[in-house]
Amino acid sequence: MLDWFFVSPAERRLLGTARLGGPTPWVVAIMSFSILLIAATGLALANTAGVLSRAIDSRYALEVPGGGANLDALLRTVRSSPGVTTADAVPEQEMRKTLERWLGPTAQSSDLPVPALINFDVRDPGGLRAVQQRAHAIAPEAKIVAHRASVAPLLHSLGLLEVVTFGLVVLLTAAAAAAVVLAARGALDTHRFTIEVMHGIGATDLQVTHLFQRKILIDAFVGSVAGGVAASLVLLALAGGAAFAGDLSGGATLGLRAFMIHHD
Amino acid sequence: MAAVAEFDSVGLRYGTGAEVLRDLDFRLRFGTFYFLTGASGAGKTSLLKLLYLAQRPTRGRIRLFGEELSEAPREALPPFRRRIGVVFQDFRLIRHLSAFDNVALPLRLAGASEDEVEGPVREMLAWVGLADRASARPPTLSGGEQQRVAIARAVINRPELIIADEPTGNVDAEMANRLLGLFTALNRLGTTVIVATHDVGLINATPGAQLIRLENGTLVDPTGSLRNPPRPPRKTT
Repeated sequence: MLDWFFVSPAERRLLGTARLGGPTPWVVAIMSFSILLIAATGLALANTAGVLSRAIDSRYALEVPGGGANLDALLRTVRSSPGVTTADAVPEQEMRKTLERWLGPTAQSSDLPVPALINFDVRDPGGLRAVQQRAHAIAPEAKIVAHRASVAPLLHSLGLLEVVTFGLVVLLTAAAAAAVVLAARGALDTHRFTIEVMHGIGATDLQVTHLFQRKILIDAFVGSVAGGVAASLVLLALAGGAAFAGDLSGGATLGLRAFMIHHD
Repeated sequence: MAAVAEFDSVGLRYGTGAEVLRDLDFRLRFGTFYFLTGASGAGKTSLLKLLYLAQRPTRGRIRLFGEELSEAPREALPPFRRRIGVVFQDFRLIRHLSAFDNVALPLRLAGASEDEVEGPVREMLAWVGLADRASARPPTLSGGEQQRVAIARAVINRPELIIADEPTGNVDAEMANRLLGLFTALNRLGTTVIVATHDVGLINATPGAQLIRLENGTLVDPTGSLRNPPRPPRKTT
């Protein structure tokens, strides 16, 4: 089986080109490099969307438009509701700081009513009804907003990006296959005279075909391995950079080695 | 005697043009030496192409080595081609291969190992006077040297039929005689030889050879009874 891949020196001379001498390995290397990077991007997007989706899946916000007069009582009520695992009130100052992005310094004005906000996680969505009933007893205007609904446009965009990257991977794979086919046709055209002579002195179609199949397969294999190695190095560098950036920013990102063995 | 080749009402045209060969009926017998003669454009090369299976007839039947091959599938032809050695008019040497590799090609295609190739190829190159040019590539060889490489390639695997299209066109008289000597030696060993040539000296130097003469795509002597030397033309009074 392996013999099939090894071309004798005489056969190699017959095609008259040194390995890596033609454009095929380079084209395939560039294509496989691009495919792997795009596929990795798509996987990272899918992973991010999954992490984000899981993180906010059980997270809700209790919003009180009128303000935080009963905030402490509401917070105690939410915390004591069945199924609620965590509940934290967002400080008013933090709310105003957030609103500053849209309203500017006006957000700090005491004339501006700021809604009170309690973020909480609930183990079972069925527990929401109890939270809502208890909260309404204290603040009738209170309403519960699912974080999932707020982040839905972002998740939708991430989903679309995943589809786009998948489409790009399919297109680039098709382009790489087409490049190999074109290279094969180019090689046949280049060696047309040799093929005619070979046929003239008794070569079978199979002998001629094997000669080219082997060359093109080896070229494609060498190109894809080179592209794969280059893409892996870039991905490792990016992962290492991300871990370093995480360290600088005090984040709890995974280290380079952990990234290599951890997949989720 | 059995026939190497039998042509039965064979005609050949290229594309939609007029027939370049018409109504060819003849047999080439095993072990016979033939000269194919005729003016330029008479159809000699086309007839040779039919013989070495580079072309199929547009009508009629061709039997080669006892097999009907006019409509044989493409994959059936290589074993027959290996039984034929061809010296092309334009040599058809592979430019990027050395003289050694060009001569070795038929043996390698037939599945010979490198050990089986080395000796016969060196011997053949020595015989055609190119022992010291074994590693030279065709573009660096003179026309005569290329022709000798082409001849060595044609005879290296001892074919049953040798077809040569103007084999002495680019060699000097001495080499022409040596090549003719090789062909006649192979013929004595039982190989059928057919040589297309204008060289009357070559024909005269081969007593007993048969002549096939083409004129405007037809055989002048379809019975194949013409013998060398050709009869003098009849005197008209």
